[in-house]
Amino acid sequence: MNRKEITKPFQVEIESKQKQKIEVKMGREVSESCVDSLLTEMVSTYCNRFYANKPELAARRIEAIGYQVGHQLSERYTMERPRFSDHLEAIKFICKDFWSELFKKQIDNLKTNHRGTFVLQDNGFRWLSRISLDPSLENAESQDPSASTESKAAQATSMHLYFPCGIIRGALSNLGIPCAVSADISNLPACSFVVRIKA
Amino acid sequence: MAPVGPRSGDAIFANMERVNAELFTLTYGATVRQLLTDLEEVDEVNKQLDQMGYNIGIRLVDEFLAKSNVSRCVDFKETAEVIAKVGFKMFLGVTASVTNWDADGTCCSIVLEDNPLVDFVELPDTCQGLYYCNILSGVIRGALEMVSNTSSFAQPSIPSFLWDVSLKTEVTWIRDVLRGDDAYELQVKLVKQVPEEYPYKDDE
Repeated sequence: MNRKEITKPFQVEIESKQKQKIEVKMGREVSESCVDSLLTEMVSTYCNRFYANKPELAARRIEAIGYQVGHQLSERYTMERPRFSDHLEAIKFICKDFWSELFKKQIDNLKTNHRGTFVLQDNGFRWLSRISLDPSLENAESQDPSASTESKAAQATSMHLYFPCGIIRGALSNLGIPCAVSADISNLPACSFVVRIKA
Repeated sequence: MAPVGPRSGDAIFANMERVNAELFTLTYGATVRQLLTDLEEVDEVNKQLDQMGYNIGIRLVDEFLAKSNVSRCVDFKETAEVIAKVGFKMFLGVTASVTNWDADGTCCSIVLEDNPLVDFVELPDTCQGLYYCNILSGVIRGALEMVSNTSSFAQPSIPSFLWDVSLKTEVTWIRDVLRGDDAYELQVKLVKQVPEEYPYKDDE
C-alpha cells in the first residue's frame, strides 16, 4: 500500500495530477437518449406495471439487471489487465476506467475507512440529471396533494438508483469482491455510492 | 420562410450526446433476460418489449423533431424514409433502408443490416419464438402514432402530413438475423390515418 494512503486515511487520491484526458475508445456508440429512454422505461415497467404495490420486489429486479450489466462490463474491461492486488486497486479501477467508459468522466471523490467501506462520489451523476421521473408518478402526486410529494419523488429516484448500484456490485463481484452497494443522494446533484465489502 | 430541410442523419448523430454502445446493448440484453425469468412465457416477453418500445417511441418523437429539423412530410412514404434514414441514424447510429412498398403506398419494410441491440447476443434454444428486438417495432409504432401530438412545433398555417395526422400502424417482423435470416426486416403497415384537430387556436 503506498504511503500517501496511509498518511491520509480518509481521503484517497484517485485522480492523478496529470488530469489525464479520458481516452475515449472509438468503439460503437449510440445516442445517450437510447440509454436514458431504455432505463426510464425498464424502471417504469418494473415499478408501475409489474410490481406497482411491491416496490421492494421491483427494486430487487432492477438491481439484478444492473448486476448483470456490471458483471459483463467488468469482464470485458479487465480482460487484458493483470489481477488487482487488493480491494483498493479494484475500487480505483471502478472509479477511473470503469466509470469513464460509462460516463466519460471519473468518480470525483473516493473515501474509505480502510475497513472495507468505500464511498464513491460523483459530483454530477449523469443518470440523475438526465433521466426523467416517471410521468405516472408525477400525475399521482398532483391528484393527491396531501400525499407526501417529496417521498414519492424520492422513491422514484431511488428506484432509478438501484440500477447503478447493481452495476457496481456486479462489476466488483466479477473481480472477486462480494459487497453490498447503496446510494446516497442527500447532496444532490452529487451522488455517493457506498460500497461495503463483505468480509 | 421556406421550411428548413432535414439535416442528414450523420450530421445529427455527430452532434448528439453519445455513449458507449456496450452499455446500451448489455442493458437491453439484461432486461430481456430478466423479463424472460419473470414472465416465463416468450409471447408475454414479446408483448412487454413491444409495450416498452411504444412508450419510448411516443417520448422520443419530441427529441427527434427538435433535433432533426424535419419540417413536414407529404405522405406516409416520405415519413417512412425519414424514420429510416434520419431516425435510426440519430439514435442508434445505424442507417436503415425502406423497401418493398405495396402498390398503394401504405405498407413497406424497414430493413436494418447493422443492429447494435444484438452485439454479443446469441439466443439459446429455449428462447424460440422470442422476438429479441421487439422493442424496435414498438418504438416505430409509438413514434408514428405520436407525430400529430407535437403539432405545437409546427406552423399551423402550413398543412403538413407529419404534423397533422396520427399514423396508426401495425409493425411485424419479416426477417430476423437471430433467427437465421440475413437482415432485420420490419414490415410497417399503415392501418389508419387519424386527422388531428388543433386543440388550440393560433393565438393561444
